[in-house]
Amino acid sequence: MSEQASITESKPPESKPWIDDTQQPFIRIRNITKKFGEFIAVNNVSLDIYRGELFCLLGGSGCGKSTLLRMLSGFETPTSGAIEIDGQDMAGLAPHARPTNMMFQSYALFPHMSVEKNIAYGLHRDGLKRKEVNQRVSEILTLVQLSDFAKRKPSQLSGGQRQRVALARALVKKPKVLLLDEPLAALDKKLREETQFELVNIQETLGVTFIVVTHDQEEAMTLSTRIGVMNAGEIVQIGEPREIYEYPGSRFVADFIGSVNVFEGQVTEEDTDFVIIRSPEIKADIFVSHGVSCTSNQKVAYAIRPEKIRMSLERPKGVKNLLSGTVEEIAYMGNLSVYQVKLATGKIVRVTQPNLVRTDQNSITWEDEVSLTWDGAAGVVLTS
Amino acid sequence: MSGQAKLSEKLPEKSIGRLPFAAPLGGALARLGLGPRALVIAIPTVWLLVFFLIPFVVVAKISLSEVAIARPPYLPLWEWQDGILSLSLNFGNYLFLASDPLYYSAFLESLTIAGFSTLFALLIGYPMAYMIARAPGGMRNILLMLVILPFWSSFLLRVYAWIGILKTNGVINHALMSIGLIDEPIVMMQTDFAVYVGIVYTYLPFMILPLYANLVKLDETLLEAASDLGAGSFTTFLTVTLPLSLPGIFAGSLLVFIPAVGEFVIPALLGGPDTLMIGKVLWNEFFSNRDWPVASAVAIAMLFVLVIPVMLLQKAQQSDGGHS
Repeated sequence: MSEQASITESKPPESKPWIDDTQQPFIRIRNITKKFGEFIAVNNVSLDIYRGELFCLLGGSGCGKSTLLRMLSGFETPTSGAIEIDGQDMAGLAPHARPTNMMFQSYALFPHMSVEKNIAYGLHRDGLKRKEVNQRVSEILTLVQLSDFAKRKPSQLSGGQRQRVALARALVKKPKVLLLDEPLAALDKKLREETQFELVNIQETLGVTFIVVTHDQEEAMTLSTRIGVMNAGEIVQIGEPREIYEYPGSRFVADFIGSVNVFEGQVTEEDTDFVIIRSPEIKADIFVSHGVSCTSNQKVAYAIRPEKIRMSLERPKGVKNLLSGTVEEIAYMGNLSVYQVKLATGKIVRVTQPNLVRTDQNSITWEDEVSLTWDGAAGVVLTS
Repeated sequence: MSGQAKLSEKLPEKSIGRLPFAAPLGGALARLGLGPRALVIAIPTVWLLVFFLIPFVVVAKISLSEVAIARPPYLPLWEWQDGILSLSLNFGNYLFLASDPLYYSAFLESLTIAGFSTLFALLIGYPMAYMIARAPGGMRNILLMLVILPFWSSFLLRVYAWIGILKTNGVINHALMSIGLIDEPIVMMQTDFAVYVGIVYTYLPFMILPLYANLVKLDETLLEAASDLGAGSFTTFLTVTLPLSLPGIFAGSLLVFIPAVGEFVIPALLGGPDTLMIGKVLWNEFFSNRDWPVASAVAIAMLFVLVIPVMLLQKAQQSDGGHS
């Protein structure tokens, strides 16, 4: 996770309409609930998405993210609640009457039509003149770099090419909102990483609002302007990738995005600019160098990411958060190594270290006694 | 992972080797260069050879001989006398077929009746197959059962049942007269109408089943995609469902058309003297005229009339639709 650079991070602040009160949301989802019989797939979800955003709905399977997307596209009717796109109420509108287009997880390319015809399909349905259809098809084929494959059938394309055809077919209609259901799930890892960047470039070029459903947190972090984390039919947190990663609002989010060490404890001292948490699990006091809205004696959890813990063979002096343990497991990942350090209490702490040099000389190895330490602001206090 | 895959690949061979009776047989075949694979292919090959190719050659041979009052009622093709092998091929039967308009019109009528029956079966069968394919799981099996159910009773019995329904004092006329819709019974028996009813009724399952097998595979997200791209349900049907079900339409149509062309029982029982189908002509030549050579020539000609267009169609389909 640590090596993942968010593409959208460098965006200037004015392109963050969600922090600007004067901006009107482009898509308003209001108290949407969807029940299948007794099962509540989506539970009272409200969400604002702004024009030009690349919004990711992130969650495990069965969390309701796909159902929410299908309600936006019109394939499912909400049990209650309202969806508004660009000021227009979507209630009762069939999929073909909505200003949205969908890119399906399976791509759903028509196997009996060539690439060209697949892409032209939606334009013909709009009753456009043949000349304009041809022009727009060739434009979009250039954009997705498939001009040489126009006459091929989908079965004659590779997975990555099919993915681009599916994208082109949905984009060529110039929808107000493009809905993407697990757009990269069928690609292998290398291709997925390349395609992520391509997808963001295309989105920025065209300025279409994208809503992406994914279960892959890396994908969500890389692509999105904002992420909505879903669990059991509800949105548990909405935020920019960095926010979601660094300031998870709940234990579920902290655990779902990246890996995390959670120490259970109780607030022993609480002040405006620091908090001390006593954690019997690690038999130590955790010093938090900022104020937390909590009360004294409240039970809390302290979450800290493995890459934010420093590990050393010598015991550092004069530091606040200090643990010691023995290295139990090491996983070499190439760019970094993951260490599992067992404390005297039996608690396992995950620590990652970048592999700065190529040799493994002087590095920490199995059974070594190590000291772990971290900054007062490195972790998050979770009250829920 | 790969180790497991290899293990499972080897398993079948081993298990065959362990069967006590298969071991000596397998060993002997292996020495002849025939593995288990060849054995599996051999069974249908032998079947087709014995029950299709050899009879076909026999019929083709008879069609080239001369009729005679003998037993069997034709002259042999070759004779061996005084060291001279004389081979006499008589193409007269085929020339006779070409010269007598009876056969030409019988062929034409057979093809017409079979063609229209296929069309009717398609028009009736397609919606049924579609509905069954779209029905929920449990219901689907019940509906399929209902399609296959008629096969549990004899085909002849079912054709006779149609006589009871269609005849002048039959079920339909009774019902229509009792509700006062008609005053006099409608003549339905011994007409082409009855033949159409019989053929469509009999062969409908052969249309429904391949269509069902095709339609049930149809990926529903394709329909969603079409809808998402702006197509209404009728346009979606015309542009997605119908073209993708062409292999099913093709298979079902062949299964109805081919037996319908050569159909004998239905036109004999339900049709009138005017219904001149090639199956009936063939029967007459064979049993009434005892002209085996002409009957054989009719059969061979029918085979070519049917097989050549089918082969051409299949070839066209193969080169066109590499997707399925």
